[in-house]
Amino acid sequence: MRLAEQEALPTVVANTVVWVAVVVAITLVISLGLAQFLNLEFPGRRVVRWALIVPWAASLIMTSKLFVWIYDYYFGVLNHALVSLGVLRQPVDWLGDDATVMGAMIAVGVFVSLPFTTYVLLAGLQTIPGEVYEAARVDGASGLRTYRSVTVPLLRPALLVATVLNVIYVFNSFPIVWTLNDRNPGFGHDTMITYMYKIAFKSSLRDVGLSAALGVVNVLAILLAVFVYLRAVRWREQEA
Amino acid sequence: MRRLLLAGAGQGLALVLVSPYLVMLLTAFKPAGELRTTPPRLLPAVWQPGNFLDVLRDPAFQGWLTVSLVVALASTALVVVAAVPAAYYTARHRFRGRAAFLFLVLVTQMFAPTALVVGLYREFFELDLINTYAALILTNAAFNLAFAVWILRAFFASIPREIEEAAAVDGCGRLRTLVGIVLPLSLPGIVTAAIFAFIAAWNEYIVALTLMTDPAMKPLTVGITTYVTAYVQHWNSLFAASVIAIVPVVVLFALVERYLVGGLTAGSLK
Repeated sequence: MRLAEQEALPTVVANTVVWVAVVVAITLVISLGLAQFLNLEFPGRRVVRWALIVPWAASLIMTSKLFVWIYDYYFGVLNHALVSLGVLRQPVDWLGDDATVMGAMIAVGVFVSLPFTTYVLLAGLQTIPGEVYEAARVDGASGLRTYRSVTVPLLRPALLVATVLNVIYVFNSFPIVWTLNDRNPGFGHDTMITYMYKIAFKSSLRDVGLSAALGVVNVLAILLAVFVYLRAVRWREQEA
Repeated sequence: MRRLLLAGAGQGLALVLVSPYLVMLLTAFKPAGELRTTPPRLLPAVWQPGNFLDVLRDPAFQGWLTVSLVVALASTALVVVAAVPAAYYTARHRFRGRAAFLFLVLVTQMFAPTALVVGLYREFFELDLINTYAALILTNAAFNLAFAVWILRAFFASIPREIEEAAAVDGCGRLRTLVGIVLPLSLPGIVTAAIFAFIAAWNEYIVALTLMTDPAMKPLTVGITTYVTAYVQHWNSLFAASVIAIVPVVVLFALVERYLVGGLTAGSLK
């Protein structure tokens, strides 16, 4: 197993776990709030839905390039804004500093995952009939109690779908890590997907066989996620 | 009062969500000399809408645009032609292996081409299809087929059987019923599936990056990255080209937004 002998592998696997777990967790928490908000009636709700569409519809590579520009050490608006507001005392080289690269990539990962997740959770919220809330109110349940005992259990199917599909999408994600980590040599901030690509096409290794071996591992990882997904949504023949 | 507060919060939220793309749009209007100013300015001092015209007149950009259009349109056509009969048949008939077929369709949707790109490269290399439209068209069509089958199946299943039976009583043949009755009724579904397939192919990056090594055969997603490399930094051109590429798909997306969740979750949420 030459794959197991690769020095970078433990780092890459750890990066992948952090990348997937943190992006999905933060995305779910924010999306839950966004979905609750969009489930309320207010003027201009359509505008918010349209704004939410933009990061979803835009090409990921273009969004990634955009964030390279926003994160820029000298000319980026992020450093300028944070320093002017007094949050930072001096600019940060977000994409060049080992301490901040992963965080910067995760922020973009969350940003582009929010729309799909929010839409799925919103679809879930809209399946909860209003009578259930009325019944809870008649029974004298408080707002928090209603949320915990009514909303969360009824939202569980949507949460499961959103979680597993996000795990698959974020694991498969290529353009963000590829673009934002472009400046850094080696494999210190790569995920299993970008690492696989670099082994085959970019590194000094140029080893298609080794890359294909990692590809098999990646496919198995996705299959496992698919299996969990099918169990979660209880995919059955009669429903098909 | 509460509604007003919510509306205000909503507009603020919308602004936060689009703010990165506002940076993109404003940078696209800046003259080259204003890209590297410290401290950076959000608004251009001199607005230069000519950046967009320069990009549109750039022969390289025209080439990428052509490749993107050909690939996205052809793969979309292929998806619709293949998905309509597959979805119709599985929606109307029970047959051996139907569950297995739908299961397979679902699983292919989970596999982004990313995990398979090394294998795809080998395959197209053996077939001598590197740097050809066929390679990208086939790959995009294959990966977008699953979504199209799922979403169309739901539309076909929602058309009452009685309508088709009535058509049969009136003497319509199977094909006549499909073309004259079922397809017009499921037009929203077909449009949704087509728009989704188009956007997915339009935005596809990794397969194009791998299979299209000839600069003349690169689509927009890969081509525009050459505006900013280690040697040249035309951020304004990059973002002008990005805006041109993004605006049409955002509009298309907005048209079908309410059907997408059903398709992407393969009907697991009603």
